[in-house]
Amino acid sequence: MNLIWQGIQNAIWLLTGGDAEVWQITLLSLRVSGLATAISLLIGLPLGSTFALGRFPGRSFFLSLINTGMALPPVVVGLVVSILLWRSGPLGGLRLIYTPAAIVIAQTVIAAPVVTGLTAAALQQLDPRLRLQLLGLGASRLQMVLALWREARLPLLAALMAGFGSVISEVGASMMVGGNIRFQTRVLTTAIVLETGKGDFARAIALGVLLLALTYLVNLTLTWIQQRGARR
Amino acid sequence: MSDLLEVRDLLVRRDGRPVLEIERLTVAPGEVLAVIGPNGAGKSTLLLALARLIEPARGKIRFAGQPLTGRDDLAYRRAIALVLQEPLLLQASVFDNVAAGLRFRRMRGAEVDRRVETWLARLGIAHLRDRPAGRLSGGEARRVSLARAFAIQPRLLLLDEPFGALDPPTRAALLDDLQALLAETGQTTVLVTHDLDEALRLGDRVAVLLAGRLRQCGRPEEVFAAPADAEVASFVGMETILSGRVLSCEEGRTIVEVSGHRLEAVGAVAPGQAVLFCLRPEDVTLWPRDGMPVSSARNRLAGRITALAPHGALVRVALDCGFPLLALVTRASAQELGLAPGMEVLASFKASAVHLIPHR
Repeated sequence: MNLIWQGIQNAIWLLTGGDAEVWQITLLSLRVSGLATAISLLIGLPLGSTFALGRFPGRSFFLSLINTGMALPPVVVGLVVSILLWRSGPLGGLRLIYTPAAIVIAQTVIAAPVVTGLTAAALQQLDPRLRLQLLGLGASRLQMVLALWREARLPLLAALMAGFGSVISEVGASMMVGGNIRFQTRVLTTAIVLETGKGDFARAIALGVLLLALTYLVNLTLTWIQQRGARR
Repeated sequence: MSDLLEVRDLLVRRDGRPVLEIERLTVAPGEVLAVIGPNGAGKSTLLLALARLIEPARGKIRFAGQPLTGRDDLAYRRAIALVLQEPLLLQASVFDNVAAGLRFRRMRGAEVDRRVETWLARLGIAHLRDRPAGRLSGGEARRVSLARAFAIQPRLLLLDEPFGALDPPTRAALLDDLQALLAETGQTTVLVTHDLDEALRLGDRVAVLLAGRLRQCGRPEEVFAAPADAEVASFVGMETILSGRVLSCEEGRTIVEVSGHRLEAVGAVAPGQAVLFCLRPEDVTLWPRDGMPVSSARNRLAGRITALAPHGALVRVALDCGFPLLALVTRASAQELGLAPGMEVLASFKASAVHLIPHR
């Protein structure tokens, strides 16, 4: 208990004392996971909408692949992205391994199926006749999809939260493709692993508290937006 | 005047099976065409085909004289408005729902406001303007759904069972309002319904759709009084439907003039109102010409039997009472009365058995 209490005290000191490295790690975590979530949204929204609204051969097969992708183990993603980005790998020429960009790529691979699958589920739970009604009121295909997104905004925000949650908390892929390099690719989760390994539990707990607080703040904001929409 | 909408040789298949075949169907400008038929007859499919929301296997649709092709679907759909069976409102305020179709058409804000306010008032829901759609009653939601379509001021309005699943008072009020709106605006409309009252009250013409085929199309009184075939007659149910005019109405007793006869009905209909006088043959009782006992039946008519036909355990009797009247009697009664073609009889029916439908 003493260890945990020390850790919390240390966390408060780190946060209020303005430890530059902690803030750099926190901001990098937020930047990397935020960017990966944003890219996942750009991929997942249209792709999920296509799977939910389109009628084409193999649709169910692709949806099952996406649903499987929602449970991708981060270490497997880390392994595959590492192989691709490795200096002798097919994308080695890009020199991205052990850079924040590599973490963004790996985290996007983890979050995109989550956002895609939950987007498809969110749209599929809408009354299918709503599409006909919107078209029957003169909506173009794009206007119809935008209106459906608006109708499904609550589960879509949940998809966004799930996507962000899946990457801000993962450690395996970030460690493998980022390398946990100080001031370059060290993010909160990899830093916690490092500090725990070193036996500096107080600092590890402080970083853990920071990670929880950060996740809470982001989800609090999204939940506030979501519930504001629910009341309308 | 040329037709606003013309459908020719339309065939819609589902899973390879034909579900709708229409040789020809037209809608004139300002006309309300009521398409009636039982559940599963293909009414909603017809409406979706008319809205170009399902692709027919073959057939041509001409709108305002121009054949529709896949290329102008959006422009066509922006000239029409569709109201489906369920209100299917968006999770937004009543105002935003009514504005939806206008915003799809990129209408300017001031014009959107004007149109929405106008139609909220005309549908009697101005007080619901800012209410979230999720907090509306069934009747209110239907009104919002209708306001949303009317606000577009479409050249063609397609209505699919707009009064379905409403309680009788709510339905009656909305039916009155819609009838008034259609009359005031002269809105060209195709209305799909399985309810004969709605078709009779709202339709300038009635099209009977059975098993995916258009069986009869014409003025309501024509279709209801003279069904084209047995199936249509069976669907229409009321085999005696006569045009009449209310002469007086006092204390729930309504005197209706039908072909020079003063007949009594129960109901409150304003004097002078044109009505359809509807009677089921099983509600008509026959008596010998000189032997009618004291009876509570208010309507008594002399008539001549023109035809007799067996009808299951009953006998269907066609009478000429100055207007055609059908009666169903038991075989025992037919034998007892010695009914035969050319025979003079008395026919009676209770005022409460008469169904009056106000008609434009």
